[in-house]
Amino acid sequence: MLEWQNIWPLLVAMGIVLAVVPIVGLYMTFVERKIAAWIQDRVGPNRVGPLGLFQAIADGIKIFLKEQIVPNHVNRFVYFTAPTIGLMCAMLSIAVVPFGPADPNDQQGFRAIIAPGVDIGLLFLLAISSLSAYGIILGGWASNNKYSLFGAIRSCAQFISYEIPLGLSILGIVMIAGSLNIEQLVAAQGPGIAYWNVWWQPLAALLFFTAALAETNRLPFDLPECEQELVGGFHTEYSGIKFVLFFLAEYTHLVTVSFLTVLLFFGGWHFPGLTGPVDSSVAGYLLRWLVLLVKVGMVVAVIIQLRWTLPRFRFDQLMGLAWRGMIPLGLLNLAVVIVTLSLDIPRWWLAPVTVAFLLMAAALNAKSVADRSRQLATSRDRGPAAIG
Amino acid sequence: MSESTKKSKNVRWAEPPKIGFAEALYLPAIAQGIATTVKHLVAGKPMTRQYPEVEPNIPLNYRGVHRLNRDDQGRVKCVACFLCQTACPANCITIEATGTSKDDPQWSDRDKYPASFVIDELRCIYCGMCEEACPVDAIELTSIYDLTGLTREQMIFDKEKLLSVYDATVQSGKDPIRTHRGQLGPASEPASEAAGSPPPPGGGLRGG
Repeated sequence: MLEWQNIWPLLVAMGIVLAVVPIVGLYMTFVERKIAAWIQDRVGPNRVGPLGLFQAIADGIKIFLKEQIVPNHVNRFVYFTAPTIGLMCAMLSIAVVPFGPADPNDQQGFRAIIAPGVDIGLLFLLAISSLSAYGIILGGWASNNKYSLFGAIRSCAQFISYEIPLGLSILGIVMIAGSLNIEQLVAAQGPGIAYWNVWWQPLAALLFFTAALAETNRLPFDLPECEQELVGGFHTEYSGIKFVLFFLAEYTHLVTVSFLTVLLFFGGWHFPGLTGPVDSSVAGYLLRWLVLLVKVGMVVAVIIQLRWTLPRFRFDQLMGLAWRGMIPLGLLNLAVVIVTLSLDIPRWWLAPVTVAFLLMAAALNAKSVADRSRQLATSRDRGPAAIG
Repeated sequence: MSESTKKSKNVRWAEPPKIGFAEALYLPAIAQGIATTVKHLVAGKPMTRQYPEVEPNIPLNYRGVHRLNRDDQGRVKCVACFLCQTACPANCITIEATGTSKDDPQWSDRDKYPASFVIDELRCIYCGMCEEACPVDAIELTSIYDLTGLTREQMIFDKEKLLSVYDATVQSGKDPIRTHRGQLGPASEPASEAAGSPPPPGGGLRGG
């Protein structure tokens, strides 16, 4: 089982991932700065290298050459392991995500996934990404600083609250395709663009994307991060390479989540005219790889752009959205899928029914807000005893 | 009590915005925001000025580095009256005056001239009080904003340096000599010799 012919695809895939992911994380800082600048009618970094492309390398060199400051009052062992744990979980979760066309029936040769054929792929992914909360909490704890701990606890509360809608939204697709294996899920979106999961489960796609933004602490859910700019939070006592490890973990998570969005909802490498991961030609394989990367790039660009579009949620609004908005909608979505599959109802009615549930939730929300403001107006006009 | 305040004409009630169905759905507002952002992303023109390839537009009467003007014989115009040193709020000008003798061929028409004229450009606040105080239009602030040095000692300009700033800027067209056309005293010269620049609007002091 451990012969060379079984090992070499694994080593090549691991090599690709380990080489590419840190570089991509580094260049995402540059891409984010450029997109932010264009949105704000500026130019962004354009001095270092042609069009500023070497800016990321300059940032990397700067980080590595920075002085390592370790405060006196921290818990040293946990202080050094917390960013490592964060990055480790982020990297581990890439093991089951195909980064290129990967056929579930393909048993030999190079496959564009580190751990092929893991039948519990999605479950593994969700479990490992739950462990990233450890990195945050340990970082806040080790800092020995009450503001850091407070920020870390808020971040952790947000993280675990949004894991539930994340899991619920994927369950519908899993039931339709019948497998937790990500390669199978992509293959089930096979024959054409009409089979992409986003048409059958638009509500789940929305919930997944929103929960994923909250998982990676990305605007509009970056209250823990912004608090960290204002007060402290778990980033405070970290500088230099340790801070970069946290940062890299966040961007790795972002890339993983973009890959998942594309693979689970938008057909992965399928494109009208090019379906199926294995073609007899190398050109077809590379073209599918390109299609996947372009789709992932577009999702990443949308995520970066959302950061500069939306104001951030307040913490109570954030928790309210998760527990009172997204979890009931996720459960309703699941119930609709179960009913559809067990009663053999044609699948095209999944989309309108789930969207109808979303609109009903919005109507309920609007009604409750209107009731509350009417209550407040009554109390203002006639005194607090007039309510009820 | 509240009824009367509600109906009173001096009280304006600010109601919170109504949250309707579209706002409770979040998505229409998000779509609107994304449309704005995409418009800037795709069709926005950057407002960045790429310095140092593109220099900024320096307006007239910009208060930059000082210069000491020369008269038509190439001597320094300054008569060492100490008005600028007295007027300076930052105490950055230091002058040492020298008296002249009647049989000195170069300085026979002057009582005094500065032997040394030192301005500490780092202490200066570039207010222009020295330029306003000078009776003979000897000291002026130019539109040069990027004359720098590598040490503090380099930025203490002496008379030669200030005269060299004059030599560099008098022909540039952006810093005409702001002279009062002979109205002020023997050391300021009439219009025909004032380095070829036209008189200021209004004709200078006393409209001459």
